[in-house]
Amino acid sequence: MAELSYRAAVRDALREEMLRDESVILLGESITGYGGSYAVTKGLVEEFGPRRVMETPIAEAGIVGFAVGAAMGGLRPVAELMTVNFALLALDQIVNSAAKFHYMFGQQWSVPLVVRTVSGFGQLGATHSQSFEGWFASVPGLKVVMPATPTDAYGLLVSAIRDPDPVIFIEHSLLYSMRGPAPPSGEAGLVPLGRAQVVRQGQDVTVVAYSRMLFQALQAAETLEREDGISCEVIDLRTLRPLDYPTVVGSVRRTHRVVLCGEDWRTGGFGATLLAEIQDRCFDDLDGPVARVAMRDIPLPYARNLEHLLIPAAGDVVAAVRSLV
Amino acid sequence: MTASPRRLAVLSMTGRLRRGQRPSLDDAQVREGLELMLLSRLFDARATTLQRLGRWGVHSPVEGQEAAVVGACLAVDPGRDWLVPQYREFPAYIHHGMPLAGIAAFFTGHPAQGRIPDGVRMLPIQVAIAAQLPHAAGLAWGLRRQGGGAVVLAYCGDGATSEGDFHEACNLAGRMQAPVVFLVQNNGWAISTPRSLQSATPSLALRALGYGFPGVRVDGNDLLAVHQATATAVARARAGEGPTLIEADTYRYSFHNTTDNPAAYADPVELAAARRQDPIERVRRYLTQRGAWDPAREAAVRERLTATLDAAVNAAARLPPPGPDECFDDIYARPPARLLRQRAGHGAPSEA
Ligand SMILES: Cc1ncc(C[n+]2csc(CCOP(=O)(O)OP(=O)(O)O)c2C)c(N)n1
Repeated sequence: MAELSYRAAVRDALREEMLRDESVILLGESITGYGGSYAVTKGLVEEFGPRRVMETPIAEAGIVGFAVGAAMGGLRPVAELMTVNFALLALDQIVNSAAKFHYMFGQQWSVPLVVRTVSGFGQLGATHSQSFEGWFASVPGLKVVMPATPTDAYGLLVSAIRDPDPVIFIEHSLLYSMRGPAPPSGEAGLVPLGRAQVVRQGQDVTVVAYSRMLFQALQAAETLEREDGISCEVIDLRTLRPLDYPTVVGSVRRTHRVVLCGEDWRTGGFGATLLAEIQDRCFDDLDGPVARVAMRDIPLPYARNLEHLLIPAAGDVVAAVRSLV
Repeated sequence: MTASPRRLAVLSMTGRLRRGQRPSLDDAQVREGLELMLLSRLFDARATTLQRLGRWGVHSPVEGQEAAVVGACLAVDPGRDWLVPQYREFPAYIHHGMPLAGIAAFFTGHPAQGRIPDGVRMLPIQVAIAAQLPHAAGLAWGLRRQGGGAVVLAYCGDGATSEGDFHEACNLAGRMQAPVVFLVQNNGWAISTPRSLQSATPSLALRALGYGFPGVRVDGNDLLAVHQATATAVARARAGEGPTLIEADTYRYSFHNTTDNPAAYADPVELAAARRQDPIERVRRYLTQRGAWDPAREAAVRERLTATLDAAVNAAARLPPPGPDECFDDIYARPPARLLRQRAGHGAPSEA
């Protein structure tokens, strides 16, 4: 079967949507020269020209605000923010403009905008190694997508671009070079927003993950099967808002135990919201507390040894599952 | 369109004083500047090598921009003025009193040993682009309220001038008459974005007009020009006349940082032309013509600087790797109980 990297899958989705729809445009910092901070858009300016692939000044608030305006005027902008850490400068535009126009003015406006950005780490220091999906997912009016595989990166990005509402599309820096089966091209490759996927079936514990943590969860599931005979059901959320609660709740009702995995902080992280919903809907089904794997409540240190020690990994998932069974 | 301001230049390419120009530094001071520039280049090479070996974090070289950095920092007084860095101003940190060993410790992941010593008047490096500029304005305004005539020298890149923080900082500084000098190193690039795509203005110095203070453009590869412009701005600020914006035109010879590959986007012809403007070579010629520098002296200086560099790097390499407790302890002045419980259980994330 043909294989494709996560990076190439994102690029293919952008390229094909640009071919299909003239109104799709890209803008962001260094997206032409280097192809963006992770070389995702490399080659696109050569193909589509600088009017559709626009290298911007360094101005995150401006980029997103500009894209909101362009979207309201009929374009379908895909704005790239180098990393999610820099999205903080654009929060006002994202939360108070992109997410509000449709609501506040009698549905007169819609903002069909995609903000592509990147989570991850790799000795980048405390200000460049954060995960904010929980913040974005708390905002009504936004959709939040975090793909783990090339197939989903492709299929979800195409859906995000076609979606009439603003979508925050968060890629992961450590997944770009990961390869996987190439998605079917065209409409068959579409992955709808808001649907989770059961990636591995199991009976004993439900492990909920997304983005890079999916692979940590799958690795943990293998270890647990081999060493403990524990059977894990692993769910990839793929979209954090709107969230596919039926898939998660259905699984928890069968396994009666659940571990929630994320890379964001334990306090206020996305898992905290999910946990609240699960205890609300599944309280009588649970055989134990909802366990979480999350970043401890510290900014990620720069020292390599500490970073390795602290980032959530498969071993943490194994420990969390064992604590429940 | 408004014409670009005339670019102040003091030294010619061959290191001669241009007609009508007088040096604002004496030979001993220029020698001090040259030594800092040489140290900077040695440091760039060393940090890059160590990064490639996995023993140093990301490094952002100064190479090519030494005159812009050093010319400006020589115009402030480390005994009373403050330095507000972006991240590409290594020799200025040294001049302002930051020990080399501390810098080496910081970039090898030892924040405690990389602390700015008490009494060294500088803020930490800032990688959130342009975020340092409002700090600089506020710091300067606060210092002025305290009296004493202290001035703040704040550095940023051409890319940083596109951020909202740059605008807000300049506007605030002008409105509050803060004693701050904004030194923009226009090195032609922001990662792979060329200066031409950053703004339609012919000169970033023109921006100052709109904020109500002077904007000056200088040849950023000319140590004496950068010094002269900064010294004038510092004198203005000290006299209570408010901020100045200086645009120093220079060129980034190397990569943006060690994760970058400029071969993918930079024009080799443009780079070769820039290299012919080498700021170090210009000062070397200037001092040589005045009988204040020669190859033997340079060899001795290099030997001494290399030894200093070796000592700092080796000391950092000998530091034990930081323990996990440090990162729990450093978040608050007084860590809350929950954090202390997480610290105790850092092997087991599901606790606490
Ligand atoms: C708010 C923010 N946006 C984007 C980045 C990513 N980034 C790091 S350095 C850089 C370029 C800065 O260019 P410039 O100010 O010209 O300084 P130079 O690196 O050329 O010295 C960018 C965009 C960042 N660190 N912070």
